[in-house]
Amino acid sequence: MKRKNNDTGRARNALHAVREFARFLASEMKPKGKIGTPFNVITGTIIVVGIALIAIRFYLGLGAVTNLSQDYPWGILKGFNLFVGVAFAGGAYVLTFVVYIMKLKKYEPIVRVTVLNGFLAYVFYAGALLLELGRPWNVVNPIIGNSFGFSSVLFLIAWHFLLYIICEFIEFSPAVAEWLNWEKARRVVEKMTMVTVIFGITLSTLHQSGLGALFLLAPAKIHPLWYSNYIPVLFFVSSIFAGLSMVIIESTFTHKVFHDKIGNTLRASHDDILLGLAKGCIGALFAYLFLKVIEMVHGGHWDLLATPMGYWYLVEVVGFVVLPIFLFGAAIRRRSVRLVQFTSFFTALGVILNRLNVSVIAFKWYAPVRYYPSWIEIWVTLAVISMELWVFRWVINRMPVFTEHPKAAKEEIIPVAEVVRWKASAS
Amino acid sequence: MSVNRRDFLKLAGVTGCSLLAGAPRRSEAAMASTEFYGMLVDTTKCIGCRSCEEACNEQNGLPKPEVPFSSDSVFEQKRDTSPGAFTVLNRYPNAKNPGSPVFVRRQCLHCCQPACASACLTKAMEKTLEGPVIYHKDRCMGCRYCMIACPHNIPKFEYESAFPYIRKCIFCYDRLKAGGRPACVDACPENASLFGTRRDLLEIARTRIYENPDKYVHHIYGEHEVGGSGTMYLSAVPFEKLGLRTDLGTTPYPEHTSGFLYGVPLVFVLWPSLLIGLNYLAENGNKGKNHEEEE
Repeated sequence: MKRKNNDTGRARNALHAVREFARFLASEMKPKGKIGTPFNVITGTIIVVGIALIAIRFYLGLGAVTNLSQDYPWGILKGFNLFVGVAFAGGAYVLTFVVYIMKLKKYEPIVRVTVLNGFLAYVFYAGALLLELGRPWNVVNPIIGNSFGFSSVLFLIAWHFLLYIICEFIEFSPAVAEWLNWEKARRVVEKMTMVTVIFGITLSTLHQSGLGALFLLAPAKIHPLWYSNYIPVLFFVSSIFAGLSMVIIESTFTHKVFHDKIGNTLRASHDDILLGLAKGCIGALFAYLFLKVIEMVHGGHWDLLATPMGYWYLVEVVGFVVLPIFLFGAAIRRRSVRLVQFTSFFTALGVILNRLNVSVIAFKWYAPVRYYPSWIEIWVTLAVISMELWVFRWVINRMPVFTEHPKAAKEEIIPVAEVVRWKASAS
Repeated sequence: MSVNRRDFLKLAGVTGCSLLAGAPRRSEAAMASTEFYGMLVDTTKCIGCRSCEEACNEQNGLPKPEVPFSSDSVFEQKRDTSPGAFTVLNRYPNAKNPGSPVFVRRQCLHCCQPACASACLTKAMEKTLEGPVIYHKDRCMGCRYCMIACPHNIPKFEYESAFPYIRKCIFCYDRLKAGGRPACVDACPENASLFGTRRDLLEIARTRIYENPDKYVHHIYGEHEVGGSGTMYLSAVPFEKLGLRTDLGTTPYPEHTSGFLYGVPLVFVLWPSLLIGLNYLAENGNKGKNHEEEE
């Protein structure tokens, strides 16, 4: 009898806890701050109209809203959202490598926000990919179906996206646990960090280069200046500076917009961090340029440089690879954070240019009727970016992304105490 | 169990007949062998009657075109296959003999090692044992990577549909399995399209070139292009003048990505061990630094 009472009491407690949690979530769902800001009005309109356009796309088919054709099956919904977006999300694997593997503590304050950005980028760009698929409800087939296309690079990418999204979520989940105040869960997920980081970097290497390897299957369709056996390596190396320059751009914005959210450590070391990232960018840019030169020598397409497509190629390589190397160099020498930020914009633009070149512009460069995106495709792309920004802001305003968790900070002190004890015993 | 006389006789009759009827059994055996079936298109014999287009249209239940199949007006423009037309005839000028233009069929070539099948991540495109490259529509997720990959630009997508599929010639696979030939071959009044095993067709093609060296270009299109294909062409004029790309190379397309895919397990083994090693070094390095600072 007594036991039964206990059980009902426990059940009542559990129910109460669930109700409290639901109330907490509901309160967190509410927007903080003013609603009628220019940013909200503009992006809100873009999102609402974008959702309507997406509805039309599902009702009438892809042909009604895109300029895709039998000649150009992939347009900017893939070219921008997938190839550019994923390259920009590369910052997450580069920074987890630097902080967790190489143990460079300097960059620790920006790891969380970078991982968050990477995670959101994958979720939203994978989401945008669903809009672009003809039969998106079959997207589970390569994951659960009996039809595994092992010979397909896209099969590899599909699996890697899924696994990497899980990895990034686990890497970010300590912040979620701190927000919910789940101390035990936080300790569990934090212990998993190392495994997910190693696994995540491996997955990233493969799918960043895999996105390039997709185009290995179209040797006769891509302009010889852009087609080479190096495409996978080029995509991988460029994802390093794409990711790093995106981290710089993103921190430039967040520093202005979320000024009050930023912890003291990050505020103090911010400039140092950006200059360090710029050095990383130079290294990757230089490796990329080197590969481009080898590719040119191997391919021997020197004569093609004097054609319109050749000029365009030179704009990409000289204007957006060689020039950023010099600009970053000058910025580091002068310790000019401004110039670092400017050059990052420039570099990011170059990555956009390169990905669109490979997937859209140099693709079937000989075709009489060229593809250009419809306004709806551009609008939907902007809507996806706007949605991501909203979710990003929501998370930043609630979870400890820029600041260290007080308990985590306390744990940091323990090794120092150990050192003191060791010193005491040694002397 | 009781078997009456009538049932016994029926059973015996059926068994006996099926034993006597050797022909279908032999064709079944041929189907099970790995001999690929294909088609030889001799463009010198084609008269541009469009019977193949019409037969294909009926066989696959495709929408009737606006211009009837009896009309020649379609030849004014170069046409491409579409979700509603799996094979189309195009007319090309004949430099050797201006009076008789060349008609060339365009349809899936059923490559020996198809790029589309190697690109497909759900195995919706499948190279069958008999030779045709077929399409499993229930598996397809509409990513259109097959269209990017196909060197001949054959798979076509139903952009105007909310429930779209990829459409292309599947070599009348059902007819083939029933022992028949593709509808277009059956319909051809001039035997310009021949059906047979790829080996036999190649032999016929070589014989024709050998016997009429002045008539034919000494090349069988599809013998080696992108690793060979089931559909092959003979022609009196150079193939590049017939809308067929001759710069595709002879490498089977799946080989372009196989190098990358072989590297995947390598990275999966090497990267984690490298990363763990680097991490170990970095951690020890930091410890060493702490030592120095303390001293």
